[in-house]
Amino acid sequence: MRPERFLLKVDSLSKSYGEGCPRCSGPGATLDRNHCRRCGTVYAVRGVSFELYPGEVLGIVGESGSGKSTVLNCLYYDTVASSGSVYLGSYREGAEDALAVSAQAKRAIRNELLGKVYQDPVEGLRMKFSAVANVAEKMICAGSRNVGAMEERARRLLGLVNIPLGRMGEAPERFSGGMRQRVQIAKALSNNPPLIFLDEVTTGLDLSVQAKVLDLIMDIQRESGVGMLLVSHDLAVVRMLATRTMVMLDGRMVEQGLTDQILEDPQHPYTQELVHSLL
Amino acid sequence: MNSLYNYAFFDEGSKREIRRAILKAVALPGYQVPFASREMPIARGWGTGGLQLTLSLVGRSDVLKVIDQGSDDSVNAVNIRKFVSGTTGVAVTEDAREATIIQSRHRIPESPLREGQVLVLQVPLPEPLRLIEPSEYKTKRLHAERDYSGAYLVLFEEIQRYGRVATGADHPVEVHGRYVMAPSPIPRFDNPKLDGNPALILLGAGREKKIYAVPPYTKVRSLDFEDQPFRVEDFGSAACGLCGASGVYLDELVDPSTGSKTWRCNDTSECASRRRASQEAADAS
Repeated sequence: MRPERFLLKVDSLSKSYGEGCPRCSGPGATLDRNHCRRCGTVYAVRGVSFELYPGEVLGIVGESGSGKSTVLNCLYYDTVASSGSVYLGSYREGAEDALAVSAQAKRAIRNELLGKVYQDPVEGLRMKFSAVANVAEKMICAGSRNVGAMEERARRLLGLVNIPLGRMGEAPERFSGGMRQRVQIAKALSNNPPLIFLDEVTTGLDLSVQAKVLDLIMDIQRESGVGMLLVSHDLAVVRMLATRTMVMLDGRMVEQGLTDQILEDPQHPYTQELVHSLL
Repeated sequence: MNSLYNYAFFDEGSKREIRRAILKAVALPGYQVPFASREMPIARGWGTGGLQLTLSLVGRSDVLKVIDQGSDDSVNAVNIRKFVSGTTGVAVTEDAREATIIQSRHRIPESPLREGQVLVLQVPLPEPLRLIEPSEYKTKRLHAERDYSGAYLVLFEEIQRYGRVATGADHPVEVHGRYVMAPSPIPRFDNPKLDGNPALILLGAGREKKIYAVPPYTKVRSLDFEDQPFRVEDFGSAACGLCGASGVYLDELVDPSTGSKTWRCNDTSECASRRRASQEAADAS
């Protein structure tokens, strides 16, 4: 077993939309893929458990609607999980369920211990505020009230993600897609969190920009050792970044293991299909 | 007074409802209390919130002063004063010292307020976090969780853009160490007057249907940063061209014929009383 403490431990996380009915919630429940035909309840995530250790990059792959992003949303408190527990190594040494704490504690965890890069930068950034203010926002949320210090750190992080010095004062609405993603990465890193979530970071970017963003993420990971949870439907992205990978289908985790193992020797029929469609 | 309306325009039930909201606002300094804002004979955005507060409070022995942007003689101030005195018959004044109720838009009078006075401020936008969060449901949550980082973010962005905090008016304040509130569009110059003021300060937003309050002697702190402390507008050595006062809030005027700049007191009744006093002193000698 690993000697270190986990960064993140997720225990049978579930998220459903709807009330459920005897047909879909009792024992021997039958579902159409991930929803109930009778009551219309959608089971977006069903009993997903996994662990993430320091310095590790865990990839989550699966087709659209398989529940990948919902897992991240629950972990980042963007949506409220229906059931399950989440333990963070950086919060009370992993002893307390981070889904069961007060709203203030959740806000503090989100601002100080986590970072997230959204697929759509409009969700993750304030498009009309300057890039510097966007990066500083998380620092303000974490309680910093020193303009000089926040400015300096924001500019250093924006430099790290290759935003030209002259454009740091501009608003992201005037940035290209790749630049917006890089500002989001800088923002996610602003409080030096031990763990960041990446949701389809390269989707919608052209190939050369994709490569640059991926290189940047790899460099940051290698230098800072930050733990990453990476959602992607692109197996190439996962192969490049993730040390371990889990495969989701209809809200369930169907397979998990070392990325190479999953890609070279897939066990579950769905994973086999997924890998074959790529190679 | 010969009016077809009930005393102070409102029916007694309306007055009572608004007074209840005021009591709650006083009990929770800086907290925005919702109330059933009435349709008024002036347009929303013209001081209906302040007017409703004034009408629900005014008694027969009260003396009313109404200010609009520092002046007693502008259209808004004249109409509100006429309306209140017409439906109540209370005495009106231009002297802030004589008044018991002062309804104001954009200014706190220059002469210090005293115990027993009520300052009613007209508020267009009561929500200090509206700029960063359009949803009322979410801003309520932010207040409940005391998350005011958004207000600081707006100030931080101003520093990025203009090199300093550049709020011309309505600079957010923290009341009694708890709620952050919009002090209505008073200039930053007037923010320090909110702190520990002996008078009761009531704020009413008619369109947004909110009442909030700063009770007498409440601690009010303007939001700022460690290395960028709050500062009021600085007029340098400028002085009023009429009464010669400096250290007061001044308006800059440009003479269109010569193009030269002059300064005038923004608080016209204070300016006039200073001029009267110096005239009397000159006559006496």
